[in-house]
Amino acid sequence: MFEALTDRLTDVFQRIGRKGRLTEQDVDEALREVRRALLEADVNYRVVKDFIAAVREQAIGEDVLRSLTPAQQVISIVHKELVRVLGSERVPLSWAPQPPTVILLVGLQGSGKTTQVAKLGQYLRKEGRQPLLVAADIYRPAAVEQLRTLGRQHDLPVYDEGTQAKPVDIVKHAIQLARERRYDPLIVDTAGRLQIDERMMRELEEIKAAVRPAEILLVADAMTGQEAVSVAEEFHRRLELTGLILTKMDGDARGGAALSIRSVVGVPIKFIGTGERVDALEPFYPERLATRILGMGDVLSLIEKAQQQISQEESERLQEKVLAGTFNLEDFLNQLQQIKRMGPLTQLLELLPGVGQALRQQQLQVSDDEYKHIEAIILSMTPEERRHPDIINFSRRRRIARGSGTSMAEVNQLLSQFKQMQRMMAQLGEMAGIGRRRGGLRGLLGGGNPLAGLGDGGLNALLGQRMVPGGIPPGPPARHPATQGAKPKAGKKVKKHKKKRQ
Amino acid sequence: MIFSRFFRRQTQPEPKLEAGLKKSRRGVFREIAALFERSEVNEKLFDDLEALLIQADLGVETTLALLDNLRQRVRREGIKDPAEAREALRDEMVTLLEEATRHRTVKIYQRGVPFVTLVVGVNGTGKTTTIAKLARYHQNQGRSVMLVAADTFRAAAIDQLKVWGERLGVPVISHAPGADPGAVVFDGMQAAFNRGVDILLIDTAGRLHTKYNLMEELKKIRRVIQRHVPEAPQEVLLVIDATTGQNGLVQARMFTEAAGVTDIAIAKLDGTAKGGIAFAIARELGTPISYVGTGENVTDLAEFDPETYVDALFFGDDEEA
Repeated sequence: MFEALTDRLTDVFQRIGRKGRLTEQDVDEALREVRRALLEADVNYRVVKDFIAAVREQAIGEDVLRSLTPAQQVISIVHKELVRVLGSERVPLSWAPQPPTVILLVGLQGSGKTTQVAKLGQYLRKEGRQPLLVAADIYRPAAVEQLRTLGRQHDLPVYDEGTQAKPVDIVKHAIQLARERRYDPLIVDTAGRLQIDERMMRELEEIKAAVRPAEILLVADAMTGQEAVSVAEEFHRRLELTGLILTKMDGDARGGAALSIRSVVGVPIKFIGTGERVDALEPFYPERLATRILGMGDVLSLIEKAQQQISQEESERLQEKVLAGTFNLEDFLNQLQQIKRMGPLTQLLELLPGVGQALRQQQLQVSDDEYKHIEAIILSMTPEERRHPDIINFSRRRRIARGSGTSMAEVNQLLSQFKQMQRMMAQLGEMAGIGRRRGGLRGLLGGGNPLAGLGDGGLNALLGQRMVPGGIPPGPPARHPATQGAKPKAGKKVKKHKKKRQ
Repeated sequence: MIFSRFFRRQTQPEPKLEAGLKKSRRGVFREIAALFERSEVNEKLFDDLEALLIQADLGVETTLALLDNLRQRVRREGIKDPAEAREALRDEMVTLLEEATRHRTVKIYQRGVPFVTLVVGVNGTGKTTTIAKLARYHQNQGRSVMLVAADTFRAAAIDQLKVWGERLGVPVISHAPGADPGAVVFDGMQAAFNRGVDILLIDTAGRLHTKYNLMEELKKIRRVIQRHVPEAPQEVLLVIDATTGQNGLVQARMFTEAAGVTDIAIAKLDGTAKGGIAFAIARELGTPISYVGTGENVTDLAEFDPETYVDALFFGDDEEA
């Protein structure tokens, strides 16, 4: 989508460029494209309207119009403004002055409350707390059982009274238990309800009055459309929400609902749910969501993941090897294993601007099982063979194929693609000597990052063609000169994050 | 519920209805109608319509296409009267949905030969509840029903289906949690044929359409079904949450590719959401919408009818509503 937005904006400005001067109308035309991108991301119509007005005011300044790259300039303003609206700072959970702290999760049916209760429990326990999960959804068939099961699976205590008790009593009793056994916090699962269901909303008000929760978090599905605002507004009016958990962010929904809720209701986004596993809960970073709403991919998360998994030393060593052209299969195996630690490949690729969309558009699928095959092949080689793939002759190939349970064709393919990759790396090395890196993934992941070799050249050559007909198109990121500009900035921002955390 | 009245119902609607619900729905319903009442046919009207349709989740593309058609008609037919323009828009919207409805396959129910419905969708759209409603719907038609709990992943999903099975007096075929869904489906198919039930409803785990492995699993389930009967599943029902935004389109596309979706059910239409994504799906993919879920009660399922849908959600024709 970012590609599309960049393209469309570039188009607009090129047309304008021929006239020699930019006018306010020109900027408006550009903003119409931005508006469309936001609407396609499910940002609420009214919010988009106000948002565009705010951006327009900034965009009409001289700087933008005279800039050599007005398209990026506009996107950068839009991005900045998005971050501002989303809330520039992370807001932590608040704690009751007197324990136990009660955290109430509310929301529509199917937004993911029960799962988030377990995730939050796990998350807070990792922070050294002793959470107690409370099953107060007595309506949905087997909701209590679901929480019990999750508790059992992850060794989290769950309080429930079956489905006959009143939710308000369940929560009260849970607090008593928590006081006795020093559980803190209580994380309460409530039944999904429509914001216009009077009786059910009253039930929540009763719970709130009875136990004074420190946090009332609205659990909202990232795929929600324009209704997100009405839902959040009504929940907020009745309960005064303290925050938002945005779920199902592991899909490809761009999550414009979050922006709508944040800007209309004003409550901060506290967490995002990124998968079905109980550890798939992450703190919220406004910049990343802004990037995603614009469809720019989540480069920051990717870089952070890489930095978590790959040491600086290791990465410098590898880069040297890449540039010197001595990168061998041993190093490659190393890289593969490091990437594997970062998470499922599809998820990683989704994080790259344009790649996720390209994958979907061309119906390309990347399966993590392919890792295993490559790994098995390389592991079936002797250390000597890994260092000098050239010595692998016919009989060695046959042995490797047998040893790894693959076919000779697969071994051949891996070897020939590795060779191709080496050639590309050699070119990269030459180029690095001459001047600046080219754009695209290589530039993106360059800068001392060992993933460099696995950029559009490496990853594509090696994994892509094996797994998917046609492979990951090396095109998208490189094709768009606009993505170049974003890279150095992304790097800087990550450093900032790091400092903050220290 | 008000909304359900617009649809052909199989059973008597529950009369309980909160006043607040009534009021809020009414407000939303009437917005478009009111717009035509107070405006002339001019660009301002088109702008306002655009806003309303986008806010109903029709999406930019579909909204613009609808309004383009309307503009052309207004010009061609020289429409000046807002009431006429209103009818024209209503027409356009109904036509859009009807065209997709034409793709609907004729459902042939044979006594004693299982008609297999595979129910799929992303997490939390209301698959299990829709299955319960479908079971009741078929029961009311005098068909025998069997359920298959092929969501072996989510905690207590099997229990949830079993609760429904008990309430409805319908057998549920299940394995232990974490079992292979293909195996459960295999057993379900066998049981359905041995016992000669009329309808076999298969509940699958919610899955995001971006998860390659899970989508492959759906293909496998399909293959397992087809090994029994090549023409099954006769119905592959994608359940979409009425509050879903533009992502619904991608969902429909991906599930159609992996599982061969034949019909769409819009669930949770009892809120204020208008399920406008149905229009986008109908326009882009031509997948027919066959059912709408309109409440939490097991009887709250209606067959989809384009005219009543458009009238109920956008034009509020019913005086009482």
